[in-house]
Amino acid sequence: MKNFQVAIIGGGVIGSAIARELSMFKLDVAVFEMGSDVASGASKANSGVVHSGINSPTSSLKARFCVEGNKMFQSLANELDFPLQWVGKYIIAKNEEEVRDLEHLKKVGMNNNVPGLEIKNRSEVKKKEPNVSCFKALWIPTAGITLPYQFTIALAENAAENNVVFFLETKITDLKKQKNLFLIKTNKGDFQAGVVVNAAGLNCREVVSMMEEPDFQVYPCRGEYLVLDKNYSSLINSMIYPVPVKGSGVLGVHITPTIEGNILLGPSAEFIGDPYDKRTTNETMNTLFLEARGIIPSLPDKAVINAYSGIRCKLASPESGGWADYRIEESKNMPGFINLLGIESPGLTAAPAIAKEIIKMISHLIELNKKNSFKSRRHRRKRFSEMSAEEQSNLIKKDEKWGRIVCRCEHVTEAEVIEALSNPLEARVLSSVKYRCRAGMGRCQGGFCTQHIVRIMEEHFNMDVADMRLKSPNSNLFYGKTRGNQSD
Amino acid sequence: MVKPEVIKVIDYTVDVAVIGGGPAGLAAAVSAHEHGAKSVVVIDRNSWLGGILPQCIHDGFGVEETGTSMTGPEYAEMYIEMAEKQGIDIMKETMVLQFDKKREITAVNKKGLHKIKASAIVLAMGCREKTRWNVMISGDRPSGIYTAGVAQAFINLYNIMPGKNVIILGSGDVGLIMARRLKFEGANVLGVVEILPYASGLPRNVVQCLEDYDIPLFLNHTVTCIDGKERLEQVTIAQVDGEMNIISGTEKKIECDTLLLSLGLIPENELANNIGIEIDNITGGPTVNQYLETTLSGVFACGNCLQVYDTVDVLSADAENAGRSAAKNSAIQKKDKKIIAKIVPGKGIRYVVPQIISEPGKVHLTLRVEKPGESSVLHMVAGDKEILKKRLAWVNPANMIGVDVDIPHEVLTSTQNLEVILVDR
Repeated sequence: MKNFQVAIIGGGVIGSAIARELSMFKLDVAVFEMGSDVASGASKANSGVVHSGINSPTSSLKARFCVEGNKMFQSLANELDFPLQWVGKYIIAKNEEEVRDLEHLKKVGMNNNVPGLEIKNRSEVKKKEPNVSCFKALWIPTAGITLPYQFTIALAENAAENNVVFFLETKITDLKKQKNLFLIKTNKGDFQAGVVVNAAGLNCREVVSMMEEPDFQVYPCRGEYLVLDKNYSSLINSMIYPVPVKGSGVLGVHITPTIEGNILLGPSAEFIGDPYDKRTTNETMNTLFLEARGIIPSLPDKAVINAYSGIRCKLASPESGGWADYRIEESKNMPGFINLLGIESPGLTAAPAIAKEIIKMISHLIELNKKNSFKSRRHRRKRFSEMSAEEQSNLIKKDEKWGRIVCRCEHVTEAEVIEALSNPLEARVLSSVKYRCRAGMGRCQGGFCTQHIVRIMEEHFNMDVADMRLKSPNSNLFYGKTRGNQSD
Repeated sequence: MVKPEVIKVIDYTVDVAVIGGGPAGLAAAVSAHEHGAKSVVVIDRNSWLGGILPQCIHDGFGVEETGTSMTGPEYAEMYIEMAEKQGIDIMKETMVLQFDKKREITAVNKKGLHKIKASAIVLAMGCREKTRWNVMISGDRPSGIYTAGVAQAFINLYNIMPGKNVIILGSGDVGLIMARRLKFEGANVLGVVEILPYASGLPRNVVQCLEDYDIPLFLNHTVTCIDGKERLEQVTIAQVDGEMNIISGTEKKIECDTLLLSLGLIPENELANNIGIEIDNITGGPTVNQYLETTLSGVFACGNCLQVYDTVDVLSADAENAGRSAAKNSAIQKKDKKIIAKIVPGKGIRYVVPQIISEPGKVHLTLRVEKPGESSVLHMVAGDKEILKKRLAWVNPANMIGVDVDIPHEVLTSTQNLEVILVDR
């Protein structure tokens, strides 16, 4: 039975950040992820915002890790080469009454040591954001945007390059403590570990209940988003938020630019029974559009190219206001069992700081020695579409696959698709390609590139079409070959 | 001083460059050559010519044009042979990244980057299929949702079976043809769902693809929800009223593993858009004059990137016009063409191509009506002067109408709009 010193349950942004942090030390570390790739839950389906830390009460873990995490992002982006832009955020007030909310947010933010907060009047906002309608706005210069899935992938792939083992499509079926070791049963066999980190997100309670009676509930809260065509990227320059809805524990429908040039509208907030129910609904899609139009009156009708939703892992019920702090703690009854509970927004921002905290906790359990072979840098190759003509020509001369465009909307080449499929996590579903190199993410939504990616999977990776999947273990794309072909 | 490494951009100069090697591009290229263009190049991003035709293995192509019914690959072959015989340059697996106002094209293929300076450009990029999000169908995002053309490519070009139990949304021609194709491959086609009160594909396809195989057609219905966390498990269909609002209580759940979307086509005009060529909001294609010249001088448009055609026969005929105009444009230093009159779609008319008349004389109009009807009269009027009056036994938005009209000189001097209207007889 394979034995690891640390087993991390969950390959979301938290699990991946912890894995990357642990990969600096002489340790055998494994990550168990039930999805077909990392970032297959809430870590990919959120606003992609690096928050400043003004929204959580002073002295909460949310505020602390958010502010600390925010400060770590730039150097992480330099090391791991994931996209990051400090576009800043306006929280807009529609009237005098909402200006009081802005003043309150500013005060909390200052208490949380968030720098540069300023209340701007309408004309100052208009200069920067001519399409936004507001009375006054709070300007937050330290808020940024990233691509949440690429951030998570960068953390995980760097961890894998530093010898952390990722088990994808591996679901924990049972967990027990036997003497000093944890026995981890999965659909892919049994494993042992000295320390178990529960970073299972929405499934955190399920994992806890394998070991002990949980003293908390999870209240899944769905947030739907709309994605707008890149043609409309000039509508905004920074993030535009309303004042948070009181007593809801969420930030409200906001308008977020993405690094790729799309704009996100959302998220909604709806408490649901089934934590896997990631559907979008007609009602909410309409509401999102109307609410966003309240902020940008000129928002065009036909701009939507996609919709998705993510589920927040909340520890507070809607009746109690929906707000609860993170719980990051070692089990009292089961030493070595570390739980991260209720890591919802601003979890993406908090992830690097939370990972540091977990290392501190693990250092009390195992001796941690830095390894000299740690490679802190991960180089992301520029995309073909970002290159100069000279760079493009030189690459094509070396490998003609750089001259073959596979995705017409985003100008992604065959070389980039092969590189994406050759990832160190060995994630090989269609969405692994999409989230690594953007093939299929444009306005035709895979109409042209899917057949080419399938051909590449067949030719370069010897995959059988019957085994090709969209995004998860049972999301098969095809039913094998056609009748005539089977009888060959 | 160290000489910087010079990038090797491969340069060409041509009379006519055609972007897209589908039926429109091939017809335009052949026609350009026949009308005197000495060097013609066709640039296509695929490894084959003929665009979508090679995956259209059903017949019915070329009937109007040649009197013979051909399959898609046969029809494509006819034009490919003509192009080869004429010595037209073909660049396959080559993607045009952009072109500028001086008609200098930047393209890429496995040999490198190319700069192609063209006296005239013909746009023939075709179209793409509408997706689920163009009509905002809510629900889960499982695998098993394909646009009909993508499913057709998988079956016919790659022998890959996209599904077993299939619902098709949209009764456009591709959807109808795929219903029959899937049936042939042993799939269970559970029905074709159409939001309109009539099928949007050709009547012959409704008979030959659905009725002959007892595949139900649900008119006045649409898909309201998609269920399936991984692979598609079921869809909900519901009836709609005259305003296309869902009638609550009519929802019906249908178990299926595949949803094909045949929701219509969108002309591909990213290249035209990027350079500021005016696009007609209704057709989705460039605004053109009777020579199919766009608002950027020396750039012509044809095929499905100009407007979505019903049949390849009509498309090819129009594309020849674009090729001919491009050849003439590249041969002579032409005088400035002023916009003399606009053609305006009036009552009962959805759109008319061309949108601009820049010279008097014979003009071929293609147009679509807004709704089906019988015994109508098509008029073209300039103020109180009638230029065209044509009786039509029946009209249908699914059937493009082609009509020739002679535009007299005196009409254009009065700078009025030319209005096209449809009235009941």
